[in-house]
Amino acid sequence: MTAVSEQIGTWLAEFTNQPKADQWLQHLRDTAFQRFAELGFPTTHDEEWRFTNVAPIARVAWASRPRTSSGAPLAEPEPHLAKHASITQNPFVALNTAFLNDVTVIRVPAGAVVEEPIEIVFEAPGQLQATHPRTLVMVGANAHCKIVETYKGQGAYFTNAVTEIVVGDGSVVDHYKVQLESPEAYHIATMQVALGRNANFSSHSISLGGALVRNDANAVLSEGTEATLNGLYLANGTQHIDNHTIIDHAKPHGTSHELYKGILDGKANAVFNGRIIVRKDAQKTDSKQTNKNLVLSDDAVINTKPELQILADDVRCTHGATIGQLDAEAAFYLQSRGIGKREARDMLTYAFAQDILDRIKVPALKESLEKTLFEKFHEHAH
Amino acid sequence: MSLLEIKDLHAKVADREILKGISLTINPGEVHAIMGPNGSGKSTLAQVLAGRELYVVTAGQVIYDGKDLLEMSPEDRAREGIFLAFQYPVEIPGVSNMYFLKAALNTIRKHRGLEEYDAMDFLNLVREKMKLMEMDQTLLNRPVNTGFSGGEKKRNEIFQMAVLEPRLAVLDETDSGLDIDALRTVAGGVNALRGPERAMIVVTHYQRLLNYIVPDFVHVLSQGRIVKSGGKELALELEESGYAGLGIEDDEEAVARV
Repeated sequence: MTAVSEQIGTWLAEFTNQPKADQWLQHLRDTAFQRFAELGFPTTHDEEWRFTNVAPIARVAWASRPRTSSGAPLAEPEPHLAKHASITQNPFVALNTAFLNDVTVIRVPAGAVVEEPIEIVFEAPGQLQATHPRTLVMVGANAHCKIVETYKGQGAYFTNAVTEIVVGDGSVVDHYKVQLESPEAYHIATMQVALGRNANFSSHSISLGGALVRNDANAVLSEGTEATLNGLYLANGTQHIDNHTIIDHAKPHGTSHELYKGILDGKANAVFNGRIIVRKDAQKTDSKQTNKNLVLSDDAVINTKPELQILADDVRCTHGATIGQLDAEAAFYLQSRGIGKREARDMLTYAFAQDILDRIKVPALKESLEKTLFEKFHEHAH
Repeated sequence: MSLLEIKDLHAKVADREILKGISLTINPGEVHAIMGPNGSGKSTLAQVLAGRELYVVTAGQVIYDGKDLLEMSPEDRAREGIFLAFQYPVEIPGVSNMYFLKAALNTIRKHRGLEEYDAMDFLNLVREKMKLMEMDQTLLNRPVNTGFSGGEKKRNEIFQMAVLEPRLAVLDETDSGLDIDALRTVAGGVNALRGPERAMIVVTHYQRLLNYIVPDFVHVLSQGRIVKSGGKELALELEESGYAGLGIEDDEEAVARV
């Protein structure tokens, strides 16, 4: 057997070991597994995965856990489930769908205003386990809510998450994803968002943990939709964090803002790939993408790439990427006031991340992230 | 005992020697003005005293309060009471002025064996000093120097000095770019800090600042050396005859006299 079929073979055993599900679900799983078997794990020859080698995930015989710490089995088919995150392109989405069992379903009825943030926490079950957390968020028209997804755990494990978010016309949704996986964990996740007319959606993806991380954050906009995709990634040691985003302006008068910031130290690797699609009739689109990276060591590597596909002619799209080091003059200024070299470095590193944190509208989350970041910077500045 | 003793100091940046043997003794309570044309090494001297790593000391000695200054890190120099008011204060987006200054003050107080200030004590101190510098209090909540006008940046330097209460203050062209009102305010702030325990080095290109901050001694720097020293009248002499009157050549002399 080839390496690829060996890898698929392990998954097949896990797949067939699952208890049978209701017919609609079993059909969905079968189709998805078949697609996964066809696609196989991506390699670096695949443009979408050029800088992220998932071989370390592929070669482990993971035990797949049917249950997740959040979520419950579905009693009946959910019309939006698996309709947004496509299994055709991304083998990890196919794999997640093949193991679909528990689903965390969040329903916000039309017109509802949910003041308190809705918290979803996925705690990985343990050593050498694979889980496939699945979340479906459905927000009716003219509703308001905040959602916080947190991923964490201990030891070596594999989290393969898919989140689908459907936002009704005129709704305002604030989404936060906090990735705090263990240093030995693998984390692959896709968020697929479908946005209604005049909806306002913002997502903040904070990636702090994991050995090998890939986040796909994709949003499809409608007419007059405003979408913000922000991200902060912090990588040290031999961590690898890849953020791929797709903002699809499908209809006219959409606005999108994207700001991803990265802090890299040690021998860490990071990837940012931001695709912006402006469809033919998406006139008057206004889109801005920025990726900024602070590189603290000589051995850290960042690959950043904007990808603009603009098919309409009356649009404004800007993009920019920067890679910089700590400002030596600023560090000296702080030191000249008595602040120690290490504290100065912490302060400046923190300052770099500040504007992402300032945009977090859940005070408790902001506070806890500030604390986590400060601790992380301190670890970095050993 | 003198507070600062500079002996035959040589320093270079990259491969260019800028200071070529500076000797200077400063006692507590004294204000020394260092004047000189552009490129004479004034700012380099200020930066070397603060510990900027960009400049490499190749020879000489600096004794501060009985200790070898050149062996000390920039932060230790600050903690021991040296303060440099920057010619070009650095903008630091993302770090609030208040947070930064409180961290600085408490580090220095801790070093001096004093109790750290809590938020309330700090705010009271800061309000008082801001009044002295006629500064808008909203500047406190803004990031350090970010988006400040030239005048605001210079005031912010002297304000920091007032809060940190150094023993040796080095003012590097604090007058440059200030209009006359701002100059008076800044000079007022500096004069309020003069005292028998505190010494100052005022680096300036122009004599005008010295009308407001009257020095005890004036030194003229040219090509990395002190070529003339005297009392405050030396500054006036320079005002009349220019650096050329001392036989100092400077391509930028014409600009300097405007």
